[in-house]
Formats: sequence, C-alpha cells, structure tokens
Amino acid sequence: MKRIILLTVPFTFFMLSLRAQTAEEIIALVKQKSDKVNDYEAKGKLKTNVVFIKAPVATVKVYFKKPDKLRIKNEKGISFIPKGSVNVNLGNIFAGNASYDIIDGGKEPGTGLRIIKLLPQEENAEVVLSTLYIDEKQLLIKKAKTTTKENGTFELEMTYGKYAEYGLADKVIFSFNTKDYKLPKGVTFDYDDGTKKEDKNKLKNKKGKIEITYSGYSINKGVPDSVFE
Amino acid sequence: MWSLLKIELYKIFKRPRTYIAFGAAAAIVFLFQAGLRFDGKSYLDLMLSNIDDAFDFDDSFKDRLLNGYFICFGILNILLIQMPLLVALVAGDAIAGEANMGTLRLALIRPVSRTQYLLVKFLASVIYTLILLIWLAVLALFGSMLLFGVNDMTVFRAGGIEVISSGDVLWRYFAAFGYAAVALTAVAALAFLLSVFAENSIGPIVAAMSIVVVFTILSEMNIPIYDKTIRPYLFTTHMVAWKGFFYVKSTEEGITINGSVGNLPAILKSLSVLVIYIASFLAAAIWVFRKKDILS
Repeated sequence: MKRIILLTVPFTFFMLSLRAQTAEEIIALVKQKSDKVNDYEAKGKLKTNVVFIKAPVATVKVYFKKPDKLRIKNEKGISFIPKGSVNVNLGNIFAGNASYDIIDGGKEPGTGLRIIKLLPQEENAEVVLSTLYIDEKQLLIKKAKTTTKENGTFELEMTYGKYAEYGLADKVIFSFNTKDYKLPKGVTFDYDDGTKKEDKNKLKNKKGKIEITYSGYSINKGVPDSVFE
Repeated sequence: MWSLLKIELYKIFKRPRTYIAFGAAAAIVFLFQAGLRFDGKSYLDLMLSNIDDAFDFDDSFKDRLLNGYFICFGILNILLIQMPLLVALVAGDAIAGEANMGTLRLALIRPVSRTQYLLVKFLASVIYTLILLIWLAVLALFGSMLLFGVNDMTVFRAGGIEVISSGDVLWRYFAAFGYAAVALTAVAALAFLLSVFAENSIGPIVAAMSIVVVFTILSEMNIPIYDKTIRPYLFTTHMVAWKGFFYVKSTEEGITINGSVGNLPAILKSLSVLVIYIASFLAAAIWVFRKKDILS
C-alpha cells in the first residue's frame, strides 16, 4: 500500500503539471499581466490604410488610463482615427468589473494559439463577443476579434517586443469596417484629372486598417484626465 | 515699348472701375473667411457626414482641419470661377474703350506699329491679371494662413479624401497660382480679341463673360455625349486643372507620396491647350486689328 501511494503521488503531480490550463486560468493570468499597467503614454507612427483615404504617416501619442480610457492623438497633423480605436488597448476587454462567460475554442490550426471567446453577461454591453488568440506560454494576446453592437467588428493583430512583460505590443494592426465613401461633385468642386478610377465594387465594404508602430512606452507615470477630454 | 506699357498701365490703374475687381475679390475672400471662422465646423460636418459613423471627429480634429491651407483651397474653388469675369472687365475694354472714347485713331498716329500697340495693350491686361492674382494670393493664402494657422491640408474629392503634409503644400499653391495666371490670361486674350471688333467696351465684356459662362456650364455638365466631343476642346475645361496640383499619388498602402502630383501629364496637357488658345486669340486679334479700318 505504502509503495502504491509513493508511486501514485509523484505521478499525479506530474500529470497535473502536464494538464493544459483551463481557459479561465489563462484569462486570469493574462488579466493579471495587463493589470500591471495603470496608465501609459506611448509614442508611435501611425499608418492609415483605408481605401478612400490617402494620408501621410503620422507621429502620434497614445494615452491610456485605467479602466478603459484611451486616446490616440496626432500631436501636429491630421489623422483619421476610427471609432472603436479604444480597443487598441486589449486591457479594455477586461476593463471594470464586467463579468463574462468564457468559452474555450481550442487551438488555432497552424499557429497553435489558444482560442478563447468572451461573452459579456450584461445584456446592454456594447461588446457582443470577443475572440482572443492567446500565446499560452508567453500569456500574450496575439490576435483579437471584437464584435460590437454599434461599431461593427474590429480585429487586432499584435507583435510584441520589449514591453511584452506588461502585455503591451510594439506593433498593433487595427482593422475595422468602413462604409462606401461618396460626396457629390458639386460639394467637392472635384476636377477630373483623368486618373483611372478604382472599381466601385472594390471600394465597397472593404476593411480599413490603422497600423501603430510604437517607439516607446512610459508606463505608470501618471496621465492627466484632461488628455481624454 | 516700355514707356508705352507704362502709359497703358497708368491708364488701367487710373480708372476707378479697375479696382472693382480688387474690391470684389477682397469681399469674397473676407466673407468666406469670416463664415468659416464662425461656423466652419458646420461646413466640416457636411463634408464629413458620409464617414462620421466610422471615424472620431472631435473639436480639436476639426480645428486642425480648418487651417489656412484648407480655407484657401475653398476660396480658390469659388473665386477662380468668378475671376474670369473680373479679368474680362479690363481686357474687354482695352481696344474697344479707346474706340469708344475716340482715342484709338489718335493713339495709332504715333510711330508705333499696330502689332506693337496691340501687344503692349495685351501685356498691360496680362499684368493687371497677374496683379489681381497676387492680390488674391495675399488675401486668400497668406491671409488665411495668418488667421487660421497652418497644418496638413485635407482635400475632399468625390471618391476619397487626400491629406497632404503641411510641408508639402506651399509649393503646390505657387504652382496653382502660376497655372491660374495662364488660365486667366486665356480669358484676357478672348476678351481682348472681342475688344478688337467692338466700338464700345460693354459688348466685348458681356460677350466674353457669356462665352465663359456657357463654356463653363458645358465643361461642368456630366453629359456623356459632350464628354468626348465638346468638353476636351473648351478652354474652360482646362482652366480648372490647377486643382490637379493638390491631388497626390500614394503607395499601395495609401500613404501619400510627398512632392508627387496625381496626374502631372494631364496638367501639362491642359496647360498647353491654354497656351494654344492664348496664342490663337492673340494672333487672331493682331490679324483683325492690322486689317481693320479704324474710324474712331
């Protein structure tokens, strides 16, 4: 009997260590990581890639403050910032005390990323569904899809570097839905310079993207509320 | 030749009606600037209404968008359509006004050839046009820059929005004003040609204005049958090509390329059409004037 117990206990511990973490555990650990950041100010370059907008690369500052304040500011020039860009900070998914159901979606073929879906329990929540693609080893969200009531679906793709320990990305690609753009010629005083026009059907319902490449973060140094007004 | 030109310029700038154009241009610019100063955001709301559910447009965004470069572009869009009428006021009067006053025959008694006399008259009209454009540039461009500041320039087009870096804008305005000078010279040449036929300045002024208005309407109408048959040959179609300097090229990712022009060959083609029109109007004026029996 003693022998059996001596053999069983280490085996049980070994099996437990091999057991994959549950979706709840992963979410808790990811949230724990993002909780380390109370606020940040980050500098970066913003590229706008929307089919009907031509714009230069802009130098921007991104401000974040718990629980869910986020502002992308072009300090000098003009940038078209999409609605819902507040989701650029993934910590916002876990913002406040909102509770959600966690559904394990298994692993993504090819990348091995763990797919976890978050369903807010609150009926009037703006976010309907968030699907996270998580690197289990590093506890980093690599991709996310968020479906909202008002502002369509957003997708995020993150690349991490030296701020990975805080769960902050070095590069974020934020994709969002855009509508067809059209203004009457009488309003724009447009001149037809003979340039070949894009196929109208191609322009319809195309996804827009903004890409922010961060050059540095200043974490937990305090950000005044006035920045978000 | 120089002294003759000085006399012609003196005659133009001595007349009170010459300054009507300067006053009208100043009034339009001032009204436009004042309107956008006090209610520019409503105007922007209209321009952005198509995409305001996809993007965040807060007050600071609108303040930046409503900068001097943007305002000046709006002014030029409106004013450069009216400017030909102001130019016709002087160019249409150049020869017909002399005939009306009975001084044309007297002027030609001097030891100056008719061609020389006509060229000097035309040159004086062109100088007036250039001064009017410089006046417009000072008020519309530098005035707006002073009142509204500078920032990246946003150009709203029927099919999209183009943002030009602030450092890449000023040269485009100089190019656009240079182009507008040629375009208005074409109108001056037309009014000047009509002036040769008349004994009274009202006729050529009204005729030149009417031609510009009718041609502009034909140029702006989007009727397919006219697009390839009439429109390409009207000088008014090519007068608006100055806007092409504010259309930029972009990379595959939609990043604007500094210093680029969307379709430079199209602008140069339009410019050459205008030059041909100027040369043709002027040559026709000289030809008619040399053969004309001057009775007044």
